[in-house]
Amino acid sequence: MPDIFYGVDAASAKPLTQPQSKTDLFMTFSRMALQGFGGVLTVVQRELVERKRWMTLAQFVEEWSVAQIMPGPNVVNLCLMIGGRYFGLPGALAALAGLLFLPLILVLVLAIAFGGIADNPYAQGALRGMGAVAAGLIVATGLKLSRALPANVMGWRVCLVLALLTFAAVGLLRWPLAWVLLGLGVLASAYAYFKLAAPKGQRKSESESAL
Amino acid sequence: MSILMTVQDWWILFVQFCQLSLLGIGGAITTAPEMHRFLVDEQHWLNDAQFTSSIALAQASPGPNVLFVAVMGWSVGLNAGGGLAAGLQAWGLGLLGVLVMMLGIMLPSSVLTYTATRWAHRNQDIRGIKAFKAGMAPIVVALLISTGWLLTVAHNQPLQDWPLWVLTAVTSLVVWRTRIHLLWLLAGGALLGALGVV
Repeated sequence: MPDIFYGVDAASAKPLTQPQSKTDLFMTFSRMALQGFGGVLTVVQRELVERKRWMTLAQFVEEWSVAQIMPGPNVVNLCLMIGGRYFGLPGALAALAGLLFLPLILVLVLAIAFGGIADNPYAQGALRGMGAVAAGLIVATGLKLSRALPANVMGWRVCLVLALLTFAAVGLLRWPLAWVLLGLGVLASAYAYFKLAAPKGQRKSESESAL
Repeated sequence: MSILMTVQDWWILFVQFCQLSLLGIGGAITTAPEMHRFLVDEQHWLNDAQFTSSIALAQASPGPNVLFVAVMGWSVGLNAGGGLAAGLQAWGLGLLGVLVMMLGIMLPSSVLTYTATRWAHRNQDIRGIKAFKAGMAPIVVALLISTGWLLTVAHNQPLQDWPLWVLTAVTSLVVWRTRIHLLWLLAGGALLGALGVV
């Protein structure tokens, strides 16, 4: 497979672009939403970073951090942020409408048509298989986003420790998400604050200047 | 299942979901246990099967996961209207349920997120904001991997569930390393599941 690494390296060489209009926002988010089974994040990362090139991987991680820490559905938050950035409130609403409109109609049609599908063994099996794939999609997105971490101001070692602690707390010990975000998040942000103060020449500028 | 919903009931439902909206850090699905307590145990507006199948249906359908709330709203409205067979009135109440619950779960969090992030973007050079974004990055990356992990180990019968685990692992590698279209993978998963392979 010659293009096995294409997804990571060739994409990062292309220049960034911007959404052309509110219609572009609506269409792009509709497109993403309709491809997103079992959650939209994997598709969003692919479309925005790899295909549309509206943001770099590092920017995407930052945006996603904010979307994740705010209350509300993460992908909804992300689309409000991106839409709002380029076209203000109308842009945010256009992106949100794109994200929700067609999927809402589809899911209601599904609910009507297959009201009793929960009892069908084939349907149950299919749901089970799709669930396993959806879990894999989420893990893969995490792995992709981790490529942005070596450039983090905290350094990759601290990032690795923080990531392992988070995994242990949420994945193994099953602590409530809000507490983990508060506890580790405050610690990590405080450390990053301290590191940002240190006048080291290697502070990354890419993620901020392009916004 | 048939229930009676007064105007006041719809208002209570709306207010309840507005509150849940602000509690849903990490996504609306994190408040699902609270929704179950309210809708099924306390108010009896939905039964258990309706609640569970709302989540399953939304997952089988494309779009953001929050749409499970829309399906719940539809079911509450249908229950209030006497079921699909009752005709137009039931359809109208179903749509009212979708509107009330989706607005409730999305409006407060969206207003807060939009306002806060616009402010943060205008002030993106403040050291505190940069520090927050940098500090959270490794945590959210690990959260994603944890979510996938939790979904996988929810199937906790190794002898029976190992093919599911393999499917998840293979999917992770394929998506991470190639650009194959995600729909092929989901269709493959559905097929393997329907055939009883996983």
